[in-house]
Amino acid sequence: MVKPGFRLGYTPCMIGPQSTYDRSAGIPLLVMAGMDKSFPGVRALREVDLTLQAGEVLALVGENGAGKSTLIKVLSGAHLPDAGTIRIDGQAVVIANPIDAQRAGVAVIYQEFNLVPSLSARENIFLGQERTRAGFVRHRDEHRRAAALFGRVGVQIDPDAPCRSLTVAQQQVVEIAKALSLDARIIVMDEPSATLTGQEVTRLFAIIRELRDQGIGVVYISHRLEEVFEIADRVMVMRDGEHIATRPVGDVTRDDLIEMMVGRKLENEFPTRRAAVGEPRLVVRNLSRGDKVRGVSFSVRAGEVVALTGLVGAGRTETARLVFGADRPDGGSIELDGKPLRIRNPRDAIRRGICLLTEDRKAQGLVLGLSARENFALPNLPQLSRAGFVKRREERAGFARYVDALRIKIPHAEQLTRNLSGGNQQKVVLAKWLASNSEVVIFDEPTRGIDVGAKYEIYLLINELAEQGKAILMISSELPEVLGMSDRILVMHEGRITGEIPDGAEATQEQIMTLAVG
Amino acid sequence: MLSRFASDYGMLLVLLLLCALCSWVTWAEQHPTGAAAGEGLAADVVERFGSSARVIVVARASQEDAAFADALRAGLASSGVTVLATVKGDPADARRALQQGAQKGDRLDVIACNQATAEWAVFDDLEGEFPQLGQPVVVMPRSYWWPNFLKPDNLLNVANQIVVIAILAIGMTMVIITAGIDLSVGSLIALSACVLALLIRDVAGAENAGTTGMVLACLGGMAVCGLVGAFSGVMVAVFAIPPFIATLAMMLVASGLAFILAEGQSIYQLPAQFIWLGRGTDLLGIPNAVLLMAVLYIVAHVVMTQTALGRYIYAVGGNPEAARLSGVPVRRVLVFVYTICGVLAGLGGVVTASQLKSGLPTYGLMYELYVIAAVVVGGTSLSGGEGKILGTLIGAFIIAVIQNGMNLTGVESYTQKVVLGMVILGAVLLDMLKKRGGGLFRRGRSAG
Repeated sequence: MVKPGFRLGYTPCMIGPQSTYDRSAGIPLLVMAGMDKSFPGVRALREVDLTLQAGEVLALVGENGAGKSTLIKVLSGAHLPDAGTIRIDGQAVVIANPIDAQRAGVAVIYQEFNLVPSLSARENIFLGQERTRAGFVRHRDEHRRAAALFGRVGVQIDPDAPCRSLTVAQQQVVEIAKALSLDARIIVMDEPSATLTGQEVTRLFAIIRELRDQGIGVVYISHRLEEVFEIADRVMVMRDGEHIATRPVGDVTRDDLIEMMVGRKLENEFPTRRAAVGEPRLVVRNLSRGDKVRGVSFSVRAGEVVALTGLVGAGRTETARLVFGADRPDGGSIELDGKPLRIRNPRDAIRRGICLLTEDRKAQGLVLGLSARENFALPNLPQLSRAGFVKRREERAGFARYVDALRIKIPHAEQLTRNLSGGNQQKVVLAKWLASNSEVVIFDEPTRGIDVGAKYEIYLLINELAEQGKAILMISSELPEVLGMSDRILVMHEGRITGEIPDGAEATQEQIMTLAVG
Repeated sequence: MLSRFASDYGMLLVLLLLCALCSWVTWAEQHPTGAAAGEGLAADVVERFGSSARVIVVARASQEDAAFADALRAGLASSGVTVLATVKGDPADARRALQQGAQKGDRLDVIACNQATAEWAVFDDLEGEFPQLGQPVVVMPRSYWWPNFLKPDNLLNVANQIVVIAILAIGMTMVIITAGIDLSVGSLIALSACVLALLIRDVAGAENAGTTGMVLACLGGMAVCGLVGAFSGVMVAVFAIPPFIATLAMMLVASGLAFILAEGQSIYQLPAQFIWLGRGTDLLGIPNAVLLMAVLYIVAHVVMTQTALGRYIYAVGGNPEAARLSGVPVRRVLVFVYTICGVLAGLGGVVTASQLKSGLPTYGLMYELYVIAAVVVGGTSLSGGEGKILGTLIGAFIIAVIQNGMNLTGVESYTQKVVLGMVILGAVLLDMLKKRGGGLFRRGRSAG
């Protein structure tokens, strides 16, 4: 079956409600001019300018390695710039460390929250700035203030609830409240929507608009371009450490943004695939595990890419883990190439030819303390050793082959994976599973947190695997990806498959969403 | 990659510095004894006095002095020197020899002594007491300056002292790399020693036990400890009990068992040949136990660096979940490392019993702390995922060298403990400094 490449811009990007804040005062809230920063071997920022008005949401977009994080770290005091000035409200400020940044009114909310899980929400908010009288904490005062802060963003959270009992979205609100308690006037959010459900994202946007209307300047970093159009007033594009352009969102299209981010016209966001689809290879019947997976049945044919989608919490990852042996099913059966399989653990699954590329590459995909080469070899050691001894030369040669094939950027094979960029880490994970020559490959959010250019390379790889006759199951929350890459789409909701769309090319986002909400 | 080597084995530098320090503080005048000294002195005498000299050799009655005297006399005789008498005894014997010589009216040119006998009072007033002899000169082997620390005997002693701890440290390194800990190793030494002593005394024939009997008894002791280790491993791997707790419990159980088996007493009915491992020196004067230690370290190093199992151990310590999802048999690996740790502790018990020719339930008391210290000083991180076997060997030697240096300079044992504690802290601090590239303080998470 020939899968045509997908054209961009098929979905008009909705622009959200504009700011009600009066910006007539004129002086920008924040001006960063000529920021320059180099690290050994790389010039991360090349005279970058950034302007942020009070009462505005500025989206910051760019590929991985474009310099976004470095720019934000300079603003937050984590890095000292080699050159450049920062002015807040027209006054020049020197930000040499995080305390300076805090005093200047800058707050950054990262993907990994800085919260202590066992402490309550209000204790976290006032951590380091407890409201005390003669050394004793004034609990009621803190409670009152925390509640007021939550009210300011329009969210109800019990200030005394321990943070670990809060959802990810609620923890994010605690971080925002913490920023507000420090009188932050510039709030930077780094990929805030990555771990949120659709509903939670909507609520987050409401909060951001609330902050914006109160005169706070928000810098919003995201890979999801639809969000940019929905929440931002202006969008700033960076590439290779340079500031490419800053435009009001009404003046650009998604295509324009991608072109500016990548530096070239991307003809197709998704490559063409010519794979012959054959017989069913992976057949799953009635898999169940507790509440999370309830009687799931499906099949994946040779050369086919089946997308498994749904809302966060629908049970997709749990299903994949059952197929891979990471969890034990309560019931159901798995068949590979007509033979029933008894898989008790991942080791069994790998031996039978099934592999899983996990959602969370850092915690589950890699042993960060080991080198790239050692991580590459880990699942493949049975093939790479003889009588228990590792065949070093074969290992090194194999790894070098994949470094070339996947264009992994590492200075040398012994580089610790901890020190690699996210995209390169993902490539190491890919390399190790490709080398295992599995017949069934399960991808769980393969392009999460990866820039547009590297995404294309991963799609090419998925196509190649399909063309080799392998059966591919791709779990994804990115609907464009699901529509662009799959032959068939399975939608899950609360542990069950609510629907199957047999022709990926003809599916629409609305169809999927309908099935996804049950 | 020199920098990688330096960071992996940086403690080697510390060890060398400590050896240099010990050498410096034990710099002393050495007076040679023994056969080699005798030969040297003979050559000296011939050179100074010619082959027509007439000599009396004076030495004490000990074995070493006898060797000295014999070599000296042989050396002199082979050069044509006349040896009038060879004294191997005490000053009274020397006086008699001189008196005899004086009565016969012989001329005496040289009285060849070693450093000890040269001091005897009988030689103080030769002119006055034995004028007939002429004017004999008292000579002794030339002294030289050399650190007591670096004498071969002492270095072998250093190695020998640390053997048991070093052997245990191999297993402990593997366990710590998996982010675990094993507090039971000290008690396992006692358990193993008591089990094997009991087996030899009651089953293999006590003092008349043959080699097979002894070997089987030792294997029995090691097997029992292996079982205890396996049990700890299962607790950790299957029931997810924290290693600290699981092995703490086994430490008490094993110690109790050792006391029960030995009925609180020493089991000493062991054959004389049993000390072969603990006290024997077969190859070039190197203690057999030290050779065993060397072989074990080489094997362990190869396993950890060249085999799939070694990789699995590092992976399990670095990120057990990611390892499991990459097909590593995590539970099996964990049970294995704790079992090996037990077996090696059992072997440590065998060596101890062999050294002391008895089995006592009080062996190995507090050893686990020194073993852990050796592992940590050698560069292995308690949080798991990294560490080198040879680094542990260096760590063990650092501890041994410090203790030896303190012994040689007469530091009393309570002070030794204080010093040892401070040095362990200092060594680890130094290692962390190096790893953090010069940053001394714990870096808080920056805003990055």
